[in-house]
Amino acid sequence: MTREREVVVLGAGMHPWGKWGRNFVEYGITAAQAALADAGLDWRDIQYVAGADTIRNGYPGFVAGATFAQALGWTGARVSSSYAACASGSQAIANARANILAGLVDVALVVGADAAPKGFFAPVGGDRPDDPDWVRFHVLGATNPTYFGLYARRRIDLYGATVEDFAKVKVKNAKNGLHNPNARYKKAFTLEDVAASPVVADPLRLMDICATSDGAAAVVLCSKEFAAKRTTNPVRISAVSTVTPTFPSAVIEMPDIATDSSAAVQPNDLSFRASLAHAAYEEAGLGPEDLSLAEVYDLSTALELDWIEDLAICGRGEAEKLLRDGATEVTGRIPVNASGGLGSFGEAVPAQAIAQVCELTWQLRGQAGARQVANAKVGITANQGLFGHGSSIIVTR
Amino acid sequence: MKDHKPVVPGWFTTDDEDFRLLGTRCTACGTVFFPRQDTFCKNPACAGTEFEELKLSGRGTVWSYTNAGYRPPAPYVSDPDVEWVPFTIVAVQLAEEGMIVLGQAEPGITVDDLTVGAEVEIVPGVLYETEDQVFTTWKFKPTGASA
Ligand SMILES: [Zn+2]
Repeated sequence: MTREREVVVLGAGMHPWGKWGRNFVEYGITAAQAALADAGLDWRDIQYVAGADTIRNGYPGFVAGATFAQALGWTGARVSSSYAACASGSQAIANARANILAGLVDVALVVGADAAPKGFFAPVGGDRPDDPDWVRFHVLGATNPTYFGLYARRRIDLYGATVEDFAKVKVKNAKNGLHNPNARYKKAFTLEDVAASPVVADPLRLMDICATSDGAAAVVLCSKEFAAKRTTNPVRISAVSTVTPTFPSAVIEMPDIATDSSAAVQPNDLSFRASLAHAAYEEAGLGPEDLSLAEVYDLSTALELDWIEDLAICGRGEAEKLLRDGATEVTGRIPVNASGGLGSFGEAVPAQAIAQVCELTWQLRGQAGARQVANAKVGITANQGLFGHGSSIIVTR
Repeated sequence: MKDHKPVVPGWFTTDDEDFRLLGTRCTACGTVFFPRQDTFCKNPACAGTEFEELKLSGRGTVWSYTNAGYRPPAPYVSDPDVEWVPFTIVAVQLAEEGMIVLGQAEPGITVDDLTVGAEVEIVPGVLYETEDQVFTTWKFKPTGASA
């Protein structure tokens, strides 16, 4: 393992997910203070603040790092703000990590928070035929669930998945979320509940698709030297992959209405999602066989199954078998979304990738309570958003 | 009669006899683009700056399909006073171009009429109408053949 390239997660904190009707800054500050307390640090100890942006809360959201720094009280810390759709939180983590690994700072605070609108995410206003995000809504009526529906249908037609398999993902994640104080939905669901919910994007129903939420997550990252004085059992970030797709990208992805053409160049063997995890494994010097657990971006139930294969935990078309065998339960061979996943949280875009790292941190410290994965040593996150953004982070102890 | 106008100019022919999507091809590397690309080539190994317009294949195979169970938000145009009827969205693989293109299915085609691998053709259709204009688009229609 490439130990010299690691940073330590000294603290983790969250503001519970939900629809609280308050300003995103409040949520961010709650999460930041929780992460600082967990790290045993004072805000004034922080040398670098990395904010993950929200684009739905005006100018303060576009400069989230400075917004949080000002709210906590200006200290003269260095600051950055990142927007990378659903991977914004990971890019903020990547910024903080790079500054620590470069020796520019010893300790950094990463914060992402959102106050989300109700219903489908829609593009920002105005007539913009050059913006694919505007085009897909205007010309096709293609929402985010449209894409999830396309992927889910392929699992049915190619691999023999059933809608009951998808519902099983929801039931599993809801069960995990029951034990997570930061989850939005703390309620058990049955297969019948899922089947009774209305179709949003065939074959997916309302309960197969993650909602939008308010929420915030924060981590305190530091160098190993800084951590050595404060903890004897550090949880470390061993890889942060934020690679782009490679041309030609052969899978239809949000918000595009067409893929790249492979008329001139053959597509890479690895899909974009698989390449995110591949780069993380390479950077950490680890493989899927080393994993204790995975936190994946279950924007839909069926997408969790895609991710399991993208992480190379099993071959293509084999994720349903893992699910049916109980391997992805908290007590199974490779627990997936022990936190409850997006199914139990809903999506708070800039906070979500940071929340995945919070969960892995608590799991690897053995602090995850009733959802604890036994003897967790290596965890991976996976996440994907619009416009070729995605991330995969490996956390180890 | 209302004036007919493509929802996006230059993306498809206005000839109902031989209706096709219009793309461009990089004259240097042969990569095809839809939506059309006229200034720079997205192939990282290509510095091409010249593009020729081409008609994309009139038929393709279903890569996947889904529907819109709920009314999509603006800028999708629909009358909020009319009861919502789901439309079907199809992702279609064009073999020659090596690409997948999304489109709505013809009205009346539901997900039950489709299967991955089935052949579809690209046909002209109407996206929405205003008081004085009809906005046209492309639609997919199953041919009944399986590829
Ligand atoms: Zn070219």
